[in-house]
Amino acid sequence: MSLLNKHAIFEKNSILLCVGVLITVAIGGLVEISPLFYLESTIEKVKGMRPYTPLELAGRNIYIREGCYNCHSQMIRPFRDEAERYGHYSLAAESMYDHPFQWGSKRTGPDLARVGGRYSDDWHVAHMNNPRSVVPESIMPGYPFLAEYPLKIEDLAGHLSANLGVGVPYTDEMIEKAVEDARTQVNPDADDVDAFMARYPKAQVRDFDGNPEKLSELDALIAYLQMLGTLVDFDLYAKDPALR
Amino acid sequence: MNSTLTENRGSGGAWIMGVSFALGSIVSLLWMAKADSPELAFHAFLFFAFFTLGCFVLVKRHYDLAEQPEIPVAGDDVGYMDGVIRAGAIASTLWGVVGFIVGLVIALQLAFPVLNFDLPWTSFGRLRPLHTSAVIFAFGGNVLIMTSFHVVQRTCKARLAGGLAPWFVFWGYQLFILLAATGYVLGITQSKEYAEPEWYVDLWLTIVWVAYLLVFLGTLWKRREPHIYVANWFYLAFIITIAMLHIVNNLSLPVSLAGAKSYSAFSGVQDALTQWWYGHNAVGFFLTAGFLAIMYYYIPKRAERPVYSYRLSIIHFWALIFLYIWAGPHHLHYTALPDWAQTLGMTFSIMLWMPSWGGMINGLMTLSGAWDKLRTDPVLRMLVTSVAFYGMSTFEGPVMSIKAVNGLSHYTDWTIGHVHSGALGWVALVSFGALYCVVPIMWNRERLYSLRLVGWHFWISTIGIVLYITSMWVSGILQGLMWRAYDSLGFLEYSFVETVEAMHPFYVIRALGGAVFVAGSLVMAYNLYRTMRGDLRDEAPFVGAPVRAPQAAVAAGE
Repeated sequence: MSLLNKHAIFEKNSILLCVGVLITVAIGGLVEISPLFYLESTIEKVKGMRPYTPLELAGRNIYIREGCYNCHSQMIRPFRDEAERYGHYSLAAESMYDHPFQWGSKRTGPDLARVGGRYSDDWHVAHMNNPRSVVPESIMPGYPFLAEYPLKIEDLAGHLSANLGVGVPYTDEMIEKAVEDARTQVNPDADDVDAFMARYPKAQVRDFDGNPEKLSELDALIAYLQMLGTLVDFDLYAKDPALR
Repeated sequence: MNSTLTENRGSGGAWIMGVSFALGSIVSLLWMAKADSPELAFHAFLFFAFFTLGCFVLVKRHYDLAEQPEIPVAGDDVGYMDGVIRAGAIASTLWGVVGFIVGLVIALQLAFPVLNFDLPWTSFGRLRPLHTSAVIFAFGGNVLIMTSFHVVQRTCKARLAGGLAPWFVFWGYQLFILLAATGYVLGITQSKEYAEPEWYVDLWLTIVWVAYLLVFLGTLWKRREPHIYVANWFYLAFIITIAMLHIVNNLSLPVSLAGAKSYSAFSGVQDALTQWWYGHNAVGFFLTAGFLAIMYYYIPKRAERPVYSYRLSIIHFWALIFLYIWAGPHHLHYTALPDWAQTLGMTFSIMLWMPSWGGMINGLMTLSGAWDKLRTDPVLRMLVTSVAFYGMSTFEGPVMSIKAVNGLSHYTDWTIGHVHSGALGWVALVSFGALYCVVPIMWNRERLYSLRLVGWHFWISTIGIVLYITSMWVSGILQGLMWRAYDSLGFLEYSFVETVEAMHPFYVIRALGGAVFVAGSLVMAYNLYRTMRGDLRDEAPFVGAPVRAPQAAVAAGE
């Protein structure tokens, strides 16, 4: 086979071999991944998606820090059993502001894509403190320390700015009020609740961890869990086929 | 041409390195002062300690060399650089044992959740990345760097290029491991699987990796052989592709230079495919191409046979590296990733079966005419078994990438079982085999301390692997079936937590398999330690040994 004999040029020139390898391994990614950035059909047009509130974003960062994604997916597949267990299958649009995505790869615990509103805040507080107090067979680690740790909020404006930098549509106002908004979301009596709700429609305002004295990491985590899957209006999505 | 002397004096390179280290220690000291969290300050301190110790070592070396007028050159006129390989062998063994033990701990946590201790630093969510990074990057990475430095020198008949650079690669890589590992425990992660370290650790690894590429290429340029040996193609493809994957997947924007947290440049569906393009090819290039290079050097060496087919190695090399890159979407079947991408990923994953088995056949058939050595040489037996496991898991992989199968297997323990048939059966066994080959050569020993212990290690680890993967097959398929089971009235038959409960016995069996595997690795560590010390165990040769004598006589008679 004369073609294979020509292979000697790669075996005698390391730079040629490098270039050959680089071209060969670059093709797949270029063809497969780059269209996702410009094909409009990749992400559905839906109503209701908004960036995370500063408190939800802080909660999401705790979710990431504790490695929750190692055991919980946030991606419901279009199967009958998953729809009955978890709700409507997940849309690409629902994670469009997720830097990084949290779809997960393993369900040691259940999917959390639509866990928002399924359990009460009290349940979450008890569950985080000791999962086996509410689900005796659970094998989840306990996170009693979250209620103790105060939430770090001073740098939230920076977190929102960084998200803006990678394409999440936070406004200057949102960034400016980030720290204030985090406090407002756990205090229904705050003065600027209406302005906050205007910035973040469908946001839930209340003390989440059952301890109004303290803005804890548990407040943020529960705020995040309670909003998961609650933003997209599926009535609209189901009624108008053009929106699919 | 003998550059050994000048290289060892290495004045130019050593000065540049010394100045960079001095600058590095000043910058990391300032960074430590500015850090916005104690965790990041600790990491800045690790950088500081690294650079300062580096400066100290360089200064000491300078004066030591000044006192020593002439450096004795090894008997071999090439003057191979073997110290860094010895260090790599020790690091590989230690990190391997550590990584396996952490794996055992998290396996036990899944069986007995009380072992999470309700503390942040010991919970499964933080320890699981510690396990995966310890075995893939700390154990696997050290084995790859160590063997590539060995193979490239021997097959090029040239000393490693770059003076002190190989030592920088070795120690720089250990710093990367330390930063990554301590980061997970302290809660610093960007949550992308197998790419969890944050932006500053990613930048550091990029520097180390470029140095690694330059050392490897520089050694190829110095070669005294006209052709670049096949194992080196695989090492080169591994180094280049990992660089590409690492840089693209870790593109992110830090919140502040004084903080650890960053936000990925991509979001949602694009981030998911970029991540699994990275994740699957961490398997394809780190855990496959790199270890195939090990196969291509150590199996022919140990069996004393040439590689079965030169043409097959060309075809399977290019086919493997071309096809692997496309396979990522099979991690995202039935998700919000567009269908066209899922189908494309599935198609390429199935095609990937062919070059994978091309490699397996090339490795196994190299034993042609030397199969009897499997009876007498447990090291070769370990290497060959690893290739058989490679064949098995590269068949299972394409099967699991078929959407209908994946609908059942995805999110379950079947995936975990599959990964471990590859990781324990292929990667770990071929690494053990390579360590057993390298250590006696590097320490100039007549043979290993004990071949009998290698035989024990072989059987212990094989039993551990079988316990592990069979329990995960059963639990994974059971889990998948229970999730989709309906009763006669059309309701879901099981609540989620009932499926969790059903996994318990299999989690116990898996932990048992892991414990057995850890025991095997301790046997290896002991054996290698005694070999390094220069001990020889007085032991009976393998039963097969006498059988070879008449065969040899026949061969000689002919």
